[in-house]
Amino acid sequence: MIEFLSALDQIMSMTHMVYLISGVLVGLVVGIIPGLGGIAGMSLLLPFLYGMEPSVGLGMLMGLVAVIPTGDTFTSVLMGIPGSSSSQATVMDGFPLAKKGQAARALSAAFLSSMIGGVVGAIVLSVFILVARPVVLAFSSAELFMLTLLGLSVVAALSGGNVFKGLAACGFGLLIGAIGGAPATGEFRFTLGIDYLYDGIPLVVVGLGIFALPEIISLLVQNRAIASSPNKLGHGLKQGFKDVFANLPLVGKSSVFGSLIGAIPGLGGSVVDWMTYSFAINSSKDSSQFGKGDIRGVIAPESANNACASGSMIPTILFGVPGSGSAAVFLGGMLLLGIQPGVSMISTHLDLTYTIIWSLALANILGALFCICFTRPISLLTYIKFSVLTPIILTLILFAAYQATRSLGDFILLGVVAALGVMMKGANWPRPAFLIGFVLSSGAENYFFQSIQFYGYSWFTRPGVIIIAALIIIGFVLPPILKKKKLKDKPEQLKDEAEEKNFKTVSWADWAIIATLAISGTYALINVWDMSTLTKAFPIIAIAIVLLSVIMIIRNYIKVPHAKTAAELTPHLIYIVGFFGIAYCYYLFGFISTTFVFSLLFLRFIAQATYVKSTTIAVCLVIFLVTIGRVMNVDFPEGLFDPYLLSTIKTFI
Amino acid sequence: MKKLSKVIGASILTVGCLLTLPAKAAEVPSTINWTIPFGVGGGTDVWARFIAPHLTKNIEGNPTVVIKNQPGGGSITGTNLFYQRAKSNGEDILGTSASTLYPFMLGDKRVRYNFDKWIPLMASPTGGVVYVQPDLGVSSANDIAKLNGVTLPFGSQSPTGLELPVFLAFEMLGLDIKPVFGMKSRGAGRLAFERGEAKIDFQTSSAYMNSVLDLVQNNKAVPLFSLGILNAEGKIVRDPAFPDLPTFEEVYAKKYGKEPSGMEYTAYKKFLAAGFAFQKVIFIPADTPSDVMKEYQTGIQKMLKDPAFIKDSEVQIGPYENVMGIDAAQYLSEAVTVSPELYSWISNWLKTKFDYKL
Repeated sequence: MIEFLSALDQIMSMTHMVYLISGVLVGLVVGIIPGLGGIAGMSLLLPFLYGMEPSVGLGMLMGLVAVIPTGDTFTSVLMGIPGSSSSQATVMDGFPLAKKGQAARALSAAFLSSMIGGVVGAIVLSVFILVARPVVLAFSSAELFMLTLLGLSVVAALSGGNVFKGLAACGFGLLIGAIGGAPATGEFRFTLGIDYLYDGIPLVVVGLGIFALPEIISLLVQNRAIASSPNKLGHGLKQGFKDVFANLPLVGKSSVFGSLIGAIPGLGGSVVDWMTYSFAINSSKDSSQFGKGDIRGVIAPESANNACASGSMIPTILFGVPGSGSAAVFLGGMLLLGIQPGVSMISTHLDLTYTIIWSLALANILGALFCICFTRPISLLTYIKFSVLTPIILTLILFAAYQATRSLGDFILLGVVAALGVMMKGANWPRPAFLIGFVLSSGAENYFFQSIQFYGYSWFTRPGVIIIAALIIIGFVLPPILKKKKLKDKPEQLKDEAEEKNFKTVSWADWAIIATLAISGTYALINVWDMSTLTKAFPIIAIAIVLLSVIMIIRNYIKVPHAKTAAELTPHLIYIVGFFGIAYCYYLFGFISTTFVFSLLFLRFIAQATYVKSTTIAVCLVIFLVTIGRVMNVDFPEGLFDPYLLSTIKTFI
Repeated sequence: MKKLSKVIGASILTVGCLLTLPAKAAEVPSTINWTIPFGVGGGTDVWARFIAPHLTKNIEGNPTVVIKNQPGGGSITGTNLFYQRAKSNGEDILGTSASTLYPFMLGDKRVRYNFDKWIPLMASPTGGVVYVQPDLGVSSANDIAKLNGVTLPFGSQSPTGLELPVFLAFEMLGLDIKPVFGMKSRGAGRLAFERGEAKIDFQTSSAYMNSVLDLVQNNKAVPLFSLGILNAEGKIVRDPAFPDLPTFEEVYAKKYGKEPSGMEYTAYKKFLAAGFAFQKVIFIPADTPSDVMKEYQTGIQKMLKDPAFIKDSEVQIGPYENVMGIDAAQYLSEAVTVSPELYSWISNWLKTKFDYKL
């Protein structure tokens, strides 16, 4: 207890606060810029870290790590680009809200939930850390495998009525996630001999391609502001706060759940937002508005991802095994400060642990307050004609994608995934199902084989496994029961809904996706057929899910009459082709030079902006990129012209 | 591979010759880009970030050292890029780890680099310790016979990772190891041991001291042997960090009454030297101007003697001596040279033992 209070006293000191706030500011900036996460922030802070007083250094690091899931909400809500992998689910309802002109509401609700989530996480951490060791050790590979199944089971809730489309998308995600080295043998699968594919496909690029680019392209095709309908809720800040208070139980449950998932090393932050999102859907009486702008779809993942960042400190501090990507970075920082993680952190160094916890709580509060201050002015962005924003957003997306592996492959893959995303969006296939399959793929495979190798087949009798299995079954059984109850209460409304659903359509985009899935599945089957059992077992399961679902979908099309609709995707696909061309220019001619030329031309001739406006935006983008490159030590494709451009800029400064 | 040692030898000669020429105006640039082919926060990254300020302090002109992380392919991607693009004016240096040397030695087809274009400036060694669960009834390496016929699950990253020589040691000792692959790091392997899933585990020195000693003191782990370290004569001796623990060689001799030998032992020593004696290496392009190279070497020499560095090094690396200069170059070229017989033996061993194709 004494340590608890003396740690509070310590972080209230001037030095500590200054460093904590600087950590928070850096964390917000890297959170807001898509593609940058804890790693970019660290490279900025690390030079200062070496030789620093440990408690002060920890405060600064904590400030950075804690607020990344707060800041990343801005682009998720405003532009539909996930600011980092932990806020992908926020896009689902946050962006539709922005389209309705309620960006400020969504943002303020998100920030308040982030704050509460972070503080709850810190409280859970401060109590739990003293007893966490046995709990964390109780989660063996078998329980982790069951948790990935729990994650996968949410696909049903996210399938939007068509289970087979959901299953096919999810299976395809699992299959794409299996590209690269097989965890059980190290053998490489589906690499097509391309170096880029050996490491597997980066999540950032898949997230951007499947969500962000398709949204941007369809906005571009319509060419209007993001917010299409006028905002009827004033500036919406207050409404957002009210929403959070109206949904406090959801905030609480999501936060606790988030911090627990964070505490178990091996699953990580990119899953927790989806799990809580589907939890929000399953637990709400009326789930019809999810995906179209339900504020609960923002509140749940945003409470969870900050809590998860707090929870992931438990394995980092206690075992030296990071619970998430940012926690890995934090661990590196601890080692540089000369602090060894381990049991000593709750015995001899308990004061440092409490410093971490207090800093965490404080950083979450400060970060959310800073963000709320900026919400109003920034949400006005959604009222600008979209074509004006296009070059800025495209540059941001390319920038984010390139940070994944820093090669041309990132751009190519982005275009390919975006083509799939555009078709899935057009033909109403559940894109989250695909993403969840992709995210959980490697974990599911790895933990499955590990549990079999460690325990043989007796692993499913472990108590933890049985508990999680029960949770999964409840997740499947409860929603239909609730629906039946609803049917009794209001039979008419549901009938209408059912009739609406009965109107079934099929378009060429559906057939294109089916063809893609069938061909990839068959190719994958041939590719792994000759490999060792441990290498091919998991992909074959994924392939079976894909192919069987595809067969069921086709059967359905034949059995039940479907109205043929023309998917109006031609302009979208033309934009995709254009995207490939532009992305290649960014690579060939140099990122910064192309940004300048492309924005200038696009704004002047396509968006019809004035020369002054076009030039100003182009110059600002260049300044932004050069500054980021300098300060955060970020690389861009140099291409043919950038070296000259940069040396010219250098002579002027 | 012979070519490699020749080239390194030749480049050292050239350096020596050039030193006698009148000094040119070349010096270490004001900013050094240090490529680390691993992500931020990993072992090699932390090692580099620990050394970077000491380099700044000790190299003439106090250059700024910027660490550029280029992760991918278990360090192959970043190292390939460095091989293609590094400038040889002293601006670019590279930091590598065992997972950079092993794929090269095993002929991984993604490797496009070759050590003949680089000169090692400094190498940081490490050791390692093997330990088992106490419920196996073993209290030290003397009881190793009790492990005969006991299946020991072992959490591992991949057959060709840092654990490769450890697998060889297990096999020579006749232990029945059941490898469980897919651990994300050695830390994840240790967690599996703490959960009781793995019966045997192995950690490098610093990880052992930080995370396993506690377990040993609480009777949750029993250390068996250390891998030892290579002394200046190329002999494996007891690890100064763990003077009470026998080396693998001692345990072997005790169990079988003879020294280890044969192809298996040759392979063990080879990968032990490359992976542990040269755990972390700083490389510089070999055609860097000799004046610049000399400044680097003087700076590093100064750094290795700097009490502040020595003190930090004890904490971060352990009680091991960092090697530099010609010593490093010679040992390294020997360490990464794999003869055709050895190569075919190891590839056959990986195939039969793990069903892993090189």
